[in-house]
Amino acid sequence: MTRTLKLIALGLLVILLFGLSLGCGKVWVPASAWFSGDPRWWIIVELRLPRAVLGLALGATLGLSGAVLQGYLRNPLADPAVVGVSSVAALAAVAAIVFGLGSGPAIFAAAMLGAGGAVALLAALTWRSPSAITFILAGTVLSSLAGALTAFLISIAPNPYAVAEVIDWIMGALTDRGWDDVTLALPPMAVGAALLMLTGRSLDALALGEAAARSLGTRMGRVRLLVVLGTGLVVGAGVAVTGVIGFVGLVVPHLLRPIFGHRPSALLLPSALGGAALVLAADSLVRLAPGAGEIRLGVAMAMIGAPFFLGLLVRERGRAWI
Amino acid sequence: MDLIIDALGVKLGKRTVLSDVSAHLRPGRVTAILGPNGAGKSTLVKAAAALVDHSTGSVRLDAQDVASMDPRARARAIGYLPQDATVHWNIVARDVVALGRVPHLGAHAAPSLEDYAAVDRAMHDTETEHLADRPVGELSGGERARVLLARVLAGEPRWLLADEPLASLDPSHQIDLLARLRGYALGGAGVAIVLHDLVQAQRAADDALLLADGRVVAFGPVAEVMTAETLARVFGVRVAPLEDGDRRLLVPVGRIKAA
Repeated sequence: MTRTLKLIALGLLVILLFGLSLGCGKVWVPASAWFSGDPRWWIIVELRLPRAVLGLALGATLGLSGAVLQGYLRNPLADPAVVGVSSVAALAAVAAIVFGLGSGPAIFAAAMLGAGGAVALLAALTWRSPSAITFILAGTVLSSLAGALTAFLISIAPNPYAVAEVIDWIMGALTDRGWDDVTLALPPMAVGAALLMLTGRSLDALALGEAAARSLGTRMGRVRLLVVLGTGLVVGAGVAVTGVIGFVGLVVPHLLRPIFGHRPSALLLPSALGGAALVLAADSLVRLAPGAGEIRLGVAMAMIGAPFFLGLLVRERGRAWI
Repeated sequence: MDLIIDALGVKLGKRTVLSDVSAHLRPGRVTAILGPNGAGKSTLVKAAAALVDHSTGSVRLDAQDVASMDPRARARAIGYLPQDATVHWNIVARDVVALGRVPHLGAHAAPSLEDYAAVDRAMHDTETEHLADRPVGELSGGERARVLLARVLAGEPRWLLADEPLASLDPSHQIDLLARLRGYALGGAGVAIVLHDLVQAQRAADDALLLADGRVVAFGPVAEVMTAETLARVFGVRVAPLEDGDRRLLVPVGRIKAA
């Protein structure tokens, strides 16, 4: 099968899962009820459509940023969390909740500010040496610091309700997200994804190592800027509207590498489609799970992702190209 | 196009790695860059390709200052074959070779017929056509070295700088790779190779640039630079002559104790 055919197949899968995501939930809305006066149609328009659009955008940007970061860091174990942006964005959102700054737009603004701050810090920390190693170190420092501060904020929260709200938010979910969340999140996600798509050729050159990539005319400073800004925008917006949903960026490029090949640029578009498919599928599944409430999407994703990650470590340990 | 290294000084951190290195390298010839460990050979090659900054002096291609060239124009003129022969992803050989065309491609344009032709030529010249669809992770060391050489050749650089390309190759592949680099020089390009193997250097190179402690000890035709006396002084080795056809090679056979 050629690459185009594979992409079309993946695209069809995304469309199918998007439709499924609209149809399924506590109330099943059959296709016959669509575009009609049936009250169930309004469940789709007001509740499920924004949720599915967000799931699509979130999955696509997480998958794409995972593929870009793995290519940039030349490390198949990298994912958007490595950059530390999601932890800092989450920290800022948690601060907004704990200090009672309100909800919705205020939390979104705080998370985007946090992501922006993380990006600026990351750029500053890696300014003198635009190499992948410094990038990993800076990201790790940022994310552990943000993790510690988040725990600190929870421990000084004024009342148990704030704690419950923080924990509820941190776990990450697409539940009850509406059109206002979509309009907030889509613009930064689109800009970030466009920036990330520009890195393809440089990522390919980096497969030969940093020195060889530079000898091929790759400007490391430009690549770093694109990666940092792009990930900052998509991850910041993602965390701001859905909380922390991990593992998509790690898992998706891996699942697709055997199908689309290992060349980093050849993985960008497939990873975006694959990420969208994975999040839409997982979000439909958590809605179908029995019980009064839903399993949180972030929790479900971690439960799929963690064993996968472990298997990856065991299987790929010691291979020449890692 | 001559590669002119003029009073070059390089500092890595606070350590002075190269000082006052001057050499006028000519195309159509193979120059071996030799010296004991830590002499600054790799740094010299990297500085010549503007991959490390220099603190004094300059590197020029004819009259053009290499450091101030546009990175892509520089990449088209100077090909660099790094010491580290790893490819970080299990990409198929043909895609690896095609990376050599990156500096020739338009910003987001697809490769042209010319690019494909250059990749084909490079794979033909290195006899790697049959490996085209194999992932590089599955190739033997010798095959991978040829694929990576094809990657540099595909860019058709006027100058090819190779940093210890023989590491981890068996003798037959070493001789083969040097012959191919020599063939590229005979086609009119300039070739400079960092080498550790003194015998291979005498076989494959026309000129030798001998470094020690970041300074030039000698530069000139191989026969004039690589004398028993100089090798003893710089490397601390005793050499014995070896007749190879009509050629006389000096082979290191023992260590001379420091005086």
